[in-house]
Amino acid sequence: MSASTAQKNRVRTFIADRRGIERSRGDQILRALCLAAGLLTAAVLVEIGYQVISGAAPAISKFGLGFLWHADWAPNLNHFGAGVMLYGTAVTSVIAMLIALPLSIAIALYLALMAPGPVRSVVGPLVEMLAAIPSVILGFWALIYFAPFVHAHLEPFLYNTFGFIPIFGPPQTTGLSIFTAGLILTVMIVPIIASLSRDLFLTVPRELIEGAEALGATRWEVIRGVVLPSTISGVAAATTLGLGRALGESIAVLSVIGTAAQIHKSVFETGNTLAARIANDIQYPVSGLQINSIFYLALILLVFGIVTNLMARAVARRYDINRAF
Amino acid sequence: MAPLTPSGNLRRRLIVSRIAQATAIAAALVAVAALAIVTFDVIKAGASALSLNFLIQDPPQFGGAGGGIRSDIVGTAVIVALAAMMAVPVGVLIAIYMTEFAGPKSRIANALRLGLDLMQGVPSIVIGIFVLGLLVRPLHKDSGFAGSVALAIIMVPLVARATQEVLRLVPSPMREASEALGVDRWRSILTVILPAAVGGIITGSILAVARAAGETAPLLVADSTFGPHLTFNWFGPMPNIPVSILVASDSLDPAGFPRAWGSALVLLALILLANIGARLLYARSRRKLAG
Repeated sequence: MSASTAQKNRVRTFIADRRGIERSRGDQILRALCLAAGLLTAAVLVEIGYQVISGAAPAISKFGLGFLWHADWAPNLNHFGAGVMLYGTAVTSVIAMLIALPLSIAIALYLALMAPGPVRSVVGPLVEMLAAIPSVILGFWALIYFAPFVHAHLEPFLYNTFGFIPIFGPPQTTGLSIFTAGLILTVMIVPIIASLSRDLFLTVPRELIEGAEALGATRWEVIRGVVLPSTISGVAAATTLGLGRALGESIAVLSVIGTAAQIHKSVFETGNTLAARIANDIQYPVSGLQINSIFYLALILLVFGIVTNLMARAVARRYDINRAF
Repeated sequence: MAPLTPSGNLRRRLIVSRIAQATAIAAALVAVAALAIVTFDVIKAGASALSLNFLIQDPPQFGGAGGGIRSDIVGTAVIVALAAMMAVPVGVLIAIYMTEFAGPKSRIANALRLGLDLMQGVPSIVIGIFVLGLLVRPLHKDSGFAGSVALAIIMVPLVARATQEVLRLVPSPMREASEALGVDRWRSILTVILPAAVGGIITGSILAVARAAGETAPLLVADSTFGPHLTFNWFGPMPNIPVSILVASDSLDPAGFPRAWGSALVLLALILLANIGARLLYARSRRKLAG
């Protein structure tokens, strides 16, 4: 506690003493209420961990860590493994990050440093509102409109151009694929990374930017030489938060990924993710062990969520990231 | 070559810069286009389903075409309102603690911030699974209440963060003046600071409600076995819009699609309007606090 705060507190205690105790009881009550709210939050967090672990316990003791790489999820045989889902989660998230990262940084640079005032105040909120579209609506839209488009145009194009790379296999009968799921995740995380990065770019001191401009730097040189280097750790944190979101999204992915039971080499074939498997199987579980295995999947997702958030905090210690999402 | 025309190296640098700027503009256009395309498609597909009857009739008993979404609308409203009643007080109290009671280096405030960050980082489907273990399995039935608890957990960090931000904007002379007049802390918080910040708190709450209203994953886990009829019973399964859309879109029978598109349009319109309204309100209350 700093000296001035200690002093202030002494003065406050003195004043409180002069006034008599009953007057400060209101303070105590409000303070206690606030702390109780905080404690409740902490208790809920602990309880989330406890419920997920205890629900998963039978599956953990039956399958152990082998659950993570066993590829068969067979409710009828009562055998469960997360291999297919971990693979699908990783690949969809990688696709989403590869597209979303450059796209969102470009958007953020435009909004923070290039757009004229009126454009910025319209386009900025519009980009953020993309994040407000409920995932169920995005998923429904993707199922009916986007997946057929991907199937008819994007997949043939990528296959014809990059077909020599095995992951770009021939298009399948529908557009329900790991690739489409990755694109939908892109739509969901671009607004997150873009608006967090824009806020970071706006904190770069004007003098630095103007100094570089006075030295004759072009717009791009200012961005590459001043803006990006001084905010890189914040952008990394924003990216990590976006990744956390992509790893945990269930509903939109469920609609377009095609719920595959095995790993396919091509991204144009169906797949599955941890969150989509939970959302799919929780509707009609056939056995207790299946529910336990679903809890096990949730436990993996919980660990992902905690790790990505702690990483973002560690990377961005310097910044007060305003996490509106 | 004319004077003052860039040439050679400078010309190349300017071209690179132009390309970068054009790329940035194109990226922004892509994002806005995505929003426009989704919104347009939802309007196009949902508008034909909309009518007064659509809003005041229940869905047909055994699925299929026709009917309305009255029970879904009422269910979502009840679930979200209940969630807001739990989440807003908790979120506001946490924010008050962090800005008004805790010092700048307070350990408790740091722990709370960490807790809120982690809570926000828990995927919504995992929150659903948590509620499944906490409420649904012990009670052996889905319930609107379980859904509300899950949505409240999603809302608390959002409300707390928004409140904290606007409490920080309240000018410190207001606090000092109140203290100088000998007003108790709690009284100055309740009668001076919170009233000054109320616009921002409402904004944050609206945005959190808008977010919760569209959340599907926790409700799919905790509140999905409902029938088509209107109910106000929190402790049983309650119909709700997001799960109805998901179930219809998942179904092999496209007869339910028009109703699902209509629901999607109603939900999307409410959420986008709430976002726009909250933004305008926030800009106004910010101006008021600043000037």
